[in-house]
Amino acid sequence: MPRFAASRTATRTGRSSRLALRVVALGYLALLLVLPVWLVAWRTFAGGVAPVWHSLTSPSTIHAFKVTGIVALCTVVANTVFGVGTALLLVRHEFPGKRALNALIDLPLAVSPVVVGLALILIYGRFEPVGGWLADHGVQMIFALPGMVMATVFISLPLVVREVVPVLTEIGTDQEQAAWTLGAGRIQTFRRITLPAIRWALAYGVVLTLARALGEYGAVAVVSGRLVGKTQTVTLLVEQRFQNFDQSGAYAASFALAAIAVVTLVVINLLRPKESEI
Amino acid sequence: MAIRVRNITKSFGTFAALTDVSVDIPTGSLTALLGPSGGGKSTLLRIIAGLEQPDGGMVEIAGEDSTSLPPQSRNVGFVFQHYAAFKHLSVRRNIAFGLEIRKRPKAEIRTRVDELLQLVHLEQFADRLPAQLSGGQRQRMALARALAVEPAVMLLDEPFGALDAQVRRELRDWLRRLHDEVHVTTVFVTHDQEEAMDVADEIVVINGGRIEQVGTPDELYDRPANDFVMSFLGPVTRLGDRAVRPHDLEVLTFPEAGCVAATVVRVVRLGFEVRVDALAEGREVWVQLTRAQAEHLRLAPGDDVWLRPAREAASAGVGEAV
Repeated sequence: MPRFAASRTATRTGRSSRLALRVVALGYLALLLVLPVWLVAWRTFAGGVAPVWHSLTSPSTIHAFKVTGIVALCTVVANTVFGVGTALLLVRHEFPGKRALNALIDLPLAVSPVVVGLALILIYGRFEPVGGWLADHGVQMIFALPGMVMATVFISLPLVVREVVPVLTEIGTDQEQAAWTLGAGRIQTFRRITLPAIRWALAYGVVLTLARALGEYGAVAVVSGRLVGKTQTVTLLVEQRFQNFDQSGAYAASFALAAIAVVTLVVINLLRPKESEI
Repeated sequence: MAIRVRNITKSFGTFAALTDVSVDIPTGSLTALLGPSGGGKSTLLRIIAGLEQPDGGMVEIAGEDSTSLPPQSRNVGFVFQHYAAFKHLSVRRNIAFGLEIRKRPKAEIRTRVDELLQLVHLEQFADRLPAQLSGGQRQRMALARALAVEPAVMLLDEPFGALDAQVRRELRDWLRRLHDEVHVTTVFVTHDQEEAMDVADEIVVINGGRIEQVGTPDELYDRPANDFVMSFLGPVTRLGDRAVRPHDLEVLTFPEAGCVAATVVRVVRLGFEVRVDALAEGREVWVQLTRAQAEHLRLAPGDDVWLRPAREAASAGVGEAV
């Protein structure tokens, strides 16, 4: 009997410590993540739906969403192609400089976006050699979309690579080699075997890239020149409205941005099969 | 010959995996590449499949020089130790893969896959994913997938290596029966001499990147080309300077010409066999006897005995060296 009682006490302390851990973890997340997002939503709709709708359908907001959309789309396409290619290179091939490339991929995470923006201006600015040459041939990089896309691509460079590399390493080369012996060429093998094997990692990388591209501020702020109605993205619009004491406008745009990001994350998590089913 | 390998050499960095290897695999045979780990047998198999490029030498498959052909054009079926199942495809789609790549008509693929499912006893698992199969079932699926494209040769790299002992045994018997049914030239890699002797018609012993001997299981066991083959294929003890199988030693209780005097140290009964440890000329030697023999001799530690190799005893170097 005493032994039984002791084990029951042990379970009870185990249960209460687990409960405490849960409360701390959830409370931390609530303070850091849920509360601010919820407050943005609350503030957005404080005056009802009509002003929000009015603010979101104004020409400058629509244009800002268009710019953000174009930049995000280009970034996702560029980084998907580059990310999968680089991941294949890093995992499946041996070449001199592989370690250097591997380290370089993470650089965008370490460097401040503002620095990235300034660096781009130093290369592609109107009065720099490369930028000047491009401008002479009719391509404006800085204070225009190409520069903004480049900045965003740079900022989100590692996201796809870092999602895909571990999966590629884990699946190994057996399946691909089996496909070769069954007559499948390199491209067929990639499309039918490799791509399906990495599809969820790739999808997650794409979503992270998309979210990063939608929310990018620092680098884009530097290279865009913040030309209202031309190069203004949604994040820049939020900042401008906030500075101009148009708080409800700022909240409406912020809410829309946050909503898009949250919805994409939720959708991808709903689509993704549970670990046991993979 | 289904496969002719000539003077193949392959190194990985400074490690010589294969040195001047030549071997012929007859059409329709079931051949084992047998040897210790790291001996080069898997490398040879992968070179035949085109998954590895040799540094020098030639590979001929079904009469065609295939040395510079990619694996896609060699018409070989390859089975991997860890199954290499296409995890996102059902068993049926796995088996159909090679046929789909060859753009065969849908109806033909269906019939062929049904036949193969039956051949490997996976009819009721056709719509499952590989993750829902056991190891043995996955390997049977991999075999069916490789057979689907009617390859000139089947290459199996340690096909039972990842399975537990019981399943291993079953699959071994099953592979033997399958080969009798399908008759496709098959080469499999193994480090298990019992597996090789049990399944193969012909065994190629590879060690240290070289071929030690090629022959039938009987030839290798009874007439090993050298000490390595002799000790790799079965138990070995030494009487004087001669390596001999412990069951090929005769035990006499009286001296006779050509015998070596010995003293019994220990007698151990291991089920149906009896193991006798003895000291002959100061060196340890052990003899394997049947229970009947041991009861007839009534040996006890301290007894004096006289040992000689039986007349038909296997001895290294007597057989044909390669």
